[in-house]
Amino acid sequence: MKSLAELQKIKANMKQRIVLREGSGDIRVVVGMATCGIAAGARPVLNELVKDVSEEGLSEKVTVSQTGCIGICQYEPVVEVFEAGKEKVTYVKMTAEKAKEIVEKHLKGGQVVEEYTIGAYQS
Amino acid sequence: MVRSQVLICGGTGCVSSGSQKVREEFEKQLELNGLQDEIKLVRTGCFGLCSLGPIVIVYPDGTFYSRVTPDDVAEIVSEHLLKGRPVERLIYADTGEAEETQTKIETALSETKFYKSQKRVALRNCGVIDPENIDEYIAMDGYAALGKVLTEMTPEEVIKVVTDSGLRGRGGAGFPTGRKWGLCAPNKAPQKYVVCNADEGDPGAFMDRSVLEGDPHCIIEAMAIAGYAIGATKGYVYVRAEYPIAVKRLGIAIAQAREYGLLGENIFDSGFNFDLQIRLGAGAFVCGEETALMHSIEGQRGDPRPRPPYPAVRGLYDSPTVENNVETFANIPQIILNGAEWFASMGTEKSKGTKVFALGGKINNTGLVEIPMGTTLREIIEDIGGGIPNGKKFKAAQTGGPSGGCIPESLIDTPIDYDNLTAIGCMMGSGGLIVMDEDTCMVDIAKFFLDFTVDESCGKCTPCRVGMKRLKEMLEKITDGRGTLEDLDKLEELCLYIKQNSLCGLGQTAPNPVLATLKFFRDEYVAHVVEKRCPAGVCKNLLTYTIDKDKCIGCGLCAKACPADAITRTDYIAPGHKLASFAINKDKCVKCGACIASCKKIKAISKR
Repeated sequence: MKSLAELQKIKANMKQRIVLREGSGDIRVVVGMATCGIAAGARPVLNELVKDVSEEGLSEKVTVSQTGCIGICQYEPVVEVFEAGKEKVTYVKMTAEKAKEIVEKHLKGGQVVEEYTIGAYQS
Repeated sequence: MVRSQVLICGGTGCVSSGSQKVREEFEKQLELNGLQDEIKLVRTGCFGLCSLGPIVIVYPDGTFYSRVTPDDVAEIVSEHLLKGRPVERLIYADTGEAEETQTKIETALSETKFYKSQKRVALRNCGVIDPENIDEYIAMDGYAALGKVLTEMTPEEVIKVVTDSGLRGRGGAGFPTGRKWGLCAPNKAPQKYVVCNADEGDPGAFMDRSVLEGDPHCIIEAMAIAGYAIGATKGYVYVRAEYPIAVKRLGIAIAQAREYGLLGENIFDSGFNFDLQIRLGAGAFVCGEETALMHSIEGQRGDPRPRPPYPAVRGLYDSPTVENNVETFANIPQIILNGAEWFASMGTEKSKGTKVFALGGKINNTGLVEIPMGTTLREIIEDIGGGIPNGKKFKAAQTGGPSGGCIPESLIDTPIDYDNLTAIGCMMGSGGLIVMDEDTCMVDIAKFFLDFTVDESCGKCTPCRVGMKRLKEMLEKITDGRGTLEDLDKLEELCLYIKQNSLCGLGQTAPNPVLATLKFFRDEYVAHVVEKRCPAGVCKNLLTYTIDKDKCIGCGLCAKACPADAITRTDYIAPGHKLASFAINKDKCVKCGACIASCKKIKAISKR
């Protein structure tokens, strides 16, 4: 170890991994992972979300976790985004590609992707 | 990509309750479910709640599982990790809490009563990082303090920060750490040393072990900082061979630090060299005394020597040496990073910062707790410790192990710091806190600690070697029912004599348990001597077992349980009963208590 910069580099690399243990970020992204969700393909969605959040450097702000059946099995895979002070956003019939878009536009850019929300499907 | 991490406690407590098997089962189950790439298992140091081990925490949600057995793992993996449904029956709920509070399942660990009043400085990384991975330590600001010290500060500035922080030695005596360093620094010598005292010998204390097991790198970092401050290039960690996990992890940590160039030559390109070695102690209590410890490192018999000269002037290999306890070192990196004012803002006027206590004895939450100085004993026992089990009454708490004394119920609201404890005749000690309930005999406790110190006296000086032995004989006389009131005065006199005349800290503090119990529980001593009675029902020779002949239903279970054939049937049939009652032959009775245990339902047998 010859410089503080070297130390900083290791720290920055590791921080992404450790931050998971500090629990709740400002935004919580929850994937429905009951039998219905898994059968509909929730796992690739979850994995894509985790990967993209980390790659985009959003780990300190966004916590990705899973939950049980939300009760709208026909719309699985379901992803919900909770943000303090804002209304919950529910995305339905998710795929890995859509998940990527949501990380890009919603979690990073702050723009809700209306066309994938439950509202768009029900109307 | 890892989406979830499962932290499994790898501290000694949880390892002995089976966390290794739990880990293996997790590996198997994750593979079975194809989750091995998504979920990472992390072995951590001690979380502090040792009585509830093995402990498993699942992140990012932070679900806290306690008492996890290998049989539970399949359920956790398939329900929680795969489907996101936490296994409610395994989730830790505050002990002693009413049902309604348990409805909130996802109680964050930091919100539980056990953790809420704690302030973790020395233990900040224990249970959070993988102790065998230097990168995780670095991610938690590890080695940043060493970097700051070597690149931005002079040795004098380092000593000033430590002095201003008010940090005092956590090994028990409470000597100001900054002053110790400051006394050593000006001494000119070709070689100086930094020694870490990890010879944690007090029965019931295990915080040093937990720090070494859970966060070994912070000790390495702190010792290097100390080395820079006093101008030493070599360090030794003297650790008990009875701590195999701690020794192993410390060894791994030292190797990793060397590989990264955080130990060795020209650290951070500053021209500063420092390296560390581990020395294993063979478990002699006296080797926790600093001069005996240094003799032991040198390869000599672990005997203490008179001070002065103090180690700061003439220590290891006759060179100036700074010796600090593990917990003291664990505070150093945080003090450097956050500043002296930050540290001094915690605690009381003369005792700054936090202190780790090993809670043990008659208490619900056995384990490690770190609290700001000045917290009262009541808060520790009732809030953090979860109270006394089985609805028993608190009687006293022993601090400082065999060198300390007991705090009786009347002083339970005393804010705990060095000076308050010394004022009531106890001492902080290394931080063992043994809670005793109404079933504990205080004379017996004093005898227990004397037993220990008599065994552990090194034999070099007469007051300790002979005096302690005589003290123990006098206590035996009292618990056997042969004591006189005169003995109590003699006991006190001998205690004071040993304290004043012993060579080292072992003898100077060994009579403390007797003095403290005599001071606060003299009535119990008097009961033993005058009434020949043990109020707590512990001292065997003073007990008699009797069967209430009118309560006895004549079932004969006690007679079967008695190993000495001391119980026989009489010809008395109590009114309303069909069978004749039993009675105990006092000459044959060995007072083992087996009959009472066998008569749980009827409760016809009592001891007095």
